[in-house]
Amino acid sequence: MDSKQYKLLRLKIMGAITAFSLIPLVALGSFMHLQFSQGYRERISHSLQRSVENRKAAIDMFLEENILQLRNMAWTHDFEQMSDQAYLQHVFSTMQSGNKAFIDLGVIDGDGRHAAYVGPYELGDVNYRGQDWFEKTMLKGVYVSDVFMGFRQFPHIILAVMRREGNRYWILRATLDSEVLNALVRNYQTGQRGDAFLVNSAHVLQTSSGLNGAVLGKMDQLAGPSRFTGARVEEHSVHGRTVLYGMAWLNNVDWLLVISEAPGESLSPLFRTQAIVISMVGGGLLLIMAGAAIATRGIVEALARTDRHRAELDARIVQSNKMAALGKMAAGVAHEVNNPLTLIRESAGWIKDLLTEEDPEAIKNYEEIAEAVDKIDQNVERAKGVTHRMLGFARRMEPMQENVDLNQVAKQTMAFLQNEALHRNIELRAELAPDLPHTATDTAQLQQVLLNLLENAIDAVDHNGTVTIRTRTEESGKKIQLSVIDTGKGIPKEMQGRIFDPFFTTKGVGEGTGLGLSISYGIMERLGGGIAVESEEGKGATFTLTLPVC
Amino acid sequence: MERVKVLIVDDEHDFRQLFIKRFTLRNLDVDGVGSGREALKALDRKEYDVVVLDVRMPGMDGIETLKEIKKHHPSSEVIMLTGHGSVKSGIEGMSHGAFDYVLKPFKIDDLLERILKAHERRVLSRGG
Repeated sequence: MDSKQYKLLRLKIMGAITAFSLIPLVALGSFMHLQFSQGYRERISHSLQRSVENRKAAIDMFLEENILQLRNMAWTHDFEQMSDQAYLQHVFSTMQSGNKAFIDLGVIDGDGRHAAYVGPYELGDVNYRGQDWFEKTMLKGVYVSDVFMGFRQFPHIILAVMRREGNRYWILRATLDSEVLNALVRNYQTGQRGDAFLVNSAHVLQTSSGLNGAVLGKMDQLAGPSRFTGARVEEHSVHGRTVLYGMAWLNNVDWLLVISEAPGESLSPLFRTQAIVISMVGGGLLLIMAGAAIATRGIVEALARTDRHRAELDARIVQSNKMAALGKMAAGVAHEVNNPLTLIRESAGWIKDLLTEEDPEAIKNYEEIAEAVDKIDQNVERAKGVTHRMLGFARRMEPMQENVDLNQVAKQTMAFLQNEALHRNIELRAELAPDLPHTATDTAQLQQVLLNLLENAIDAVDHNGTVTIRTRTEESGKKIQLSVIDTGKGIPKEMQGRIFDPFFTTKGVGEGTGLGLSISYGIMERLGGGIAVESEEGKGATFTLTLPVC
Repeated sequence: MERVKVLIVDDEHDFRQLFIKRFTLRNLDVDGVGSGREALKALDRKEYDVVVLDVRMPGMDGIETLKEIKKHHPSSEVIMLTGHGSVKSGIEGMSHGAFDYVLKPFKIDDLLERILKAHERRVLSRGG
């Protein structure tokens, strides 16, 4: 796996952890928010509904009280008494002393004529017969008008009750200043954007509204809710803003009491909770992501370590399998070649033997033949060198303990690379200690290590230089050393600690696996020895193998 | 002086013939056989000073043949001739009583020297 794939894996794991943690987090957050907002909205609309109910009851009661008062007046006096101007004045004063809202009081006979009138206006000879309110009062006995301007040119309400005295019908009529209603409704208004007003079934405002204008203005927003009983709360969007309306129809008159609230104010605790929930979810998300990042980094790093370790093992196995297969093949080839080589040599030898019995003078090409036979012998010797070196490598790969002459191994291995070195004009030098003790080790594996070091040295020198193999006995006499010294470019200090690491390579892609020195290190440890490096940049490098003396 | 009697044991006919010709020319009394069994028979018939024994042969191989020779004709010296894998089998041969070993392809003078040395030892050990 390359670093890109690890990165991708890391992102995938992180994504999965984050996504799966996010689901319950968001679910919990939105559930909490939903619960809270639902509860809160319910509470608001509940309190609004209760307010509307209370206020409606108060207004109803106010109107009923006034009607009752009027009715009492009518029923406790007869027409004769009431149509007396002075007496009516007396009654009106009594009423006004209890309720300042009464503006005037009139007594109207069954034909619509004013029998008596007390009040600030000159209405004495107005005939109401045929007017809507008159007809309705005659029909129902009680009448409450909408707010209107009338003759008086200011908003007022008419209350009227009809009394039957024997065969006579008459009406006691009072005018109420609608400002009283205003006050009754208004004192409930809450908050800056709250509003409270009365509106009749024709959408005409019966009291002034903070948001919808003065009394008798048109009110279009609550398009025609038909009459219903009890109180109702509705949510409407006004100018893109949610407004809660609490509504209730009055009992005695077709007026709708409306109390509106802008939730912007009353819902602000809700928005605060919303903000807290969002920031908690956000904070939780950040924490989860940080946790996921840390955990994932650990997992992927462990994975990468395992992968590296496994790749190193695989590479070692592949390498040793390769060496074993190569060894077997080399042994087979060497053996098969050795027999014909023996025959060639013996045949040539026999020719040479026979030539000694001949008279050189008698054979025309005696010299040439002798020379050719010598050439054959020389080349058989060369070929023998090759097959014997092959056999040297053909040992099996399991560590074997043999008595090994390190100098011999060094010579053999150098012979292998002689051509390559010559080709690059590199001098291979051997400085071998003559009295080197033998070591108990595995020749083939030691050869592999040495070959690797020599190849590296030749690569490091590149062209024109020397590679020296030096053997010596340590002062204690218990260990022997073999150094491969090159005149190459050397190894920078900071790299020296890493060159035995698996996959560390200074070569380009495809040129080196970075396993050579790592495997060599492993082999030397298995053989009970060691490998060390000394180098100064620009001055070449010295790799030293140490092996125990047997 | 009596000629040194040598028996060459190798499964390859051409090689045996060349060997016989060349060492006869060098004044040795050489016979050749192609297998371990034949070698044992030949030794029963005639006393050889030195047996040059190829390690790798079909049937009875060099090491087995060596053991048999050492059992029945302990005074004959044996030189192992090996074209096989490594010096290992040669060394193994020596541990079983071979006098020496020579790697194929050998130099004739080298082998001649060893044969003469082996003969020398046989004479010494018999005399002593």
